[in-house]
Amino acid sequence: MFELIGVPPAVLFGQLLLGLINGAFYAILSLGLAVIFGLLNVINFAHGAQYMMGAFAAWMLLTFAGIPYWAALVVAPVLVGATGIVVERLLLSRIYHLDHLYGLLLTFGLALILEGVFRSQFGSGGQPYPNPLPGGQNLGFMFLPNYRAWVVVLSLVVCLGTWFMIERTKLGSYLRAATERPDLVQAFGVNVPRMITLTYGFGVGLAALAGVLAAPIYQVSPLMGSNLIIVVFAVVVIGGMGSILGSIVTGFGLGLIEGLTKVFYPEASNTVVFVIMAIVLLIKPAGLFGTAK
Amino acid sequence: MRIRTILLAAAATLAATTANAQNSDGVVRIGVLNDQSALYADMSGQGSVWAARKAVEDFGAAAKGMKVEIVFADHQNKADVGSNIARQWYDQNGVDMIVDVPNSSVALSVNQITREKNKVFLNSGAASSDLTGKACSPNTIHWTYDTWALANGTGKAVVQTGGDTWFFVTADYAFGHALERDTEAVVLANGGKVLGKVRHPLQTQDFSSFLLQAQGSGAKIIGLANAGGDTINSVKQAAEFGITQGGQNLAALLVFLTDVHSLGLKTAQGLVFTAAWYWDLTDDDRAFAKAFAADNKGMHPTMVQAGVYSAVMHYLKAVEALGSDADGAAVVAKMKEMPTDDKLFGKGQVRADGRKIHDIYLFEVKTPAESKAPWDYYKLRATIPAADAFRPLDQGDCPLVKRS
Repeated sequence: MFELIGVPPAVLFGQLLLGLINGAFYAILSLGLAVIFGLLNVINFAHGAQYMMGAFAAWMLLTFAGIPYWAALVVAPVLVGATGIVVERLLLSRIYHLDHLYGLLLTFGLALILEGVFRSQFGSGGQPYPNPLPGGQNLGFMFLPNYRAWVVVLSLVVCLGTWFMIERTKLGSYLRAATERPDLVQAFGVNVPRMITLTYGFGVGLAALAGVLAAPIYQVSPLMGSNLIIVVFAVVVIGGMGSILGSIVTGFGLGLIEGLTKVFYPEASNTVVFVIMAIVLLIKPAGLFGTAK
Repeated sequence: MRIRTILLAAAATLAATTANAQNSDGVVRIGVLNDQSALYADMSGQGSVWAARKAVEDFGAAAKGMKVEIVFADHQNKADVGSNIARQWYDQNGVDMIVDVPNSSVALSVNQITREKNKVFLNSGAASSDLTGKACSPNTIHWTYDTWALANGTGKAVVQTGGDTWFFVTADYAFGHALERDTEAVVLANGGKVLGKVRHPLQTQDFSSFLLQAQGSGAKIIGLANAGGDTINSVKQAAEFGITQGGQNLAALLVFLTDVHSLGLKTAQGLVFTAAWYWDLTDDDRAFAKAFAADNKGMHPTMVQAGVYSAVMHYLKAVEALGSDADGAAVVAKMKEMPTDDKLFGKGQVRADGRKIHDIYLFEVKTPAESKAPWDYYKLRATIPAADAFRPLDQGDCPLVKRS
């Protein structure tokens, strides 16, 4: 068999496909972060914990109420999104006039508390969650589990749908206008605070949706968010803080790069994203798709 | 105000992970140092603290007039954090003995510090066989299991039943390297071949790339030289990618009871692995597990937690016999001199190189149909007698042995 850069092409394509699948998670998580930062100016460090809560919500719905995966896909993000709304009303809404740093500290503290609570309640090892789509397709060069294919399709749909809603609809234009001049938009009779609240709830719901998607692949574990969140932040920074398109494109792109690293130098697979972040920040400090403010 | 409250709460969460102890004499102070929050927290963590307390209670320290205190801390799987805590405990908090310390990187540095300070280190959680090999110390005893024992138990059994070509998926730190090295030696010695290996960072979430490489190698056996959450994710994702249907088999080289619990029997069934202890072997084991479960939300003890119990028990006996805990090397020498005997591990001994010797077991995970009760997970495939279970004394390159 001929080899491409020292690796059989079958293996290489397989890894690229896997990278794309991981990229789907990065994209959907960083999308939520970008929406929240873009519209609320809050660096939501609790995003990883909210992703974890999504997975736990799915697990609890299944374990205690017998509600299957497909219903949990809708119910869990709504439930977790509702907790996001409570957080926004009770806490975040009080600090919008302060520096970004306060939002970061507040949400970071929140993440620590949430993770601590779940850890003391459920242990750190994680809970099993059955795969709703077992089996897979033999693509010739690799075995593609059905479930992973579903993850890529769903996250593409969600990402594009969100992008479309924010950039191409009237609701989206209200949102974007409200972040520029809230007073003016309010004067037109739009309830800006409620819009902001719902936006945060939506961003949190996106994190929870990623959590539900992740539950059958990884363990439902209190640590799953903190393991992922740093990478996702790097994705957001590389894409440009607050850029919707940037987070989607870099999410998938970095998944691919990480997949390739696992083939050529697996030891570096956890750090490659940060190396790229450093390089991008040197060349384009606002990120690939960001605009300097 | 609210923000301040939350920040304070967050700070308290962080602070709660560093231990406190008072400095006083005439007290035997035992420090349980392990992972309290991450991927090894279930198999050691607070359960090990419970086991140490239980040993003190069963030993009857209070009735004998001995004052024993237990402190604990989270080393976060970082060698620098672990060394700092060990130093602080020894220098400022009057800790006389450190027990458990899963994660071989941390254990190797605690091993070094304990020797410098002439205290005692009883390792139950870490696996690297170097602790009784080239890094052996007159102040350290390796209690429960090690990479050599795992490799020989599982590796030999797998190669002898036809699994003669291997691909390793290895955690990229001291433990993974040691386990891979020891297992590779067993595979080669039994006529097998190693077709390749890949090393992944500790606490990896996604193993699909590594498993795909293993699949591509065509090896009959994929050897998982990792532990805890990493093993759980590897096994789970191997099932997802249809690895076993494709004719390849997994050899999980280190599996804890809590890992099987997290995976669920449906995914874990059929895994064959080596362990030093299981809660359902004897009446004493079952009684211990029952008491453990009652205080730990129904969780059952792992071999690491049982090892902590057994090690602390023997330590207290040695301190009692010596009448002092001041000289760490002397206590360890006493522990080597006295035969071990406790209700969980039975009769055994501690060798000159610091290796505790007892039987170990080859287990297979039950199918969901075979499991009769919660935590009823293992069936016994073979008992490896103490004499064969661990690396022969003369093969470890331990300087303590050469000198004598």
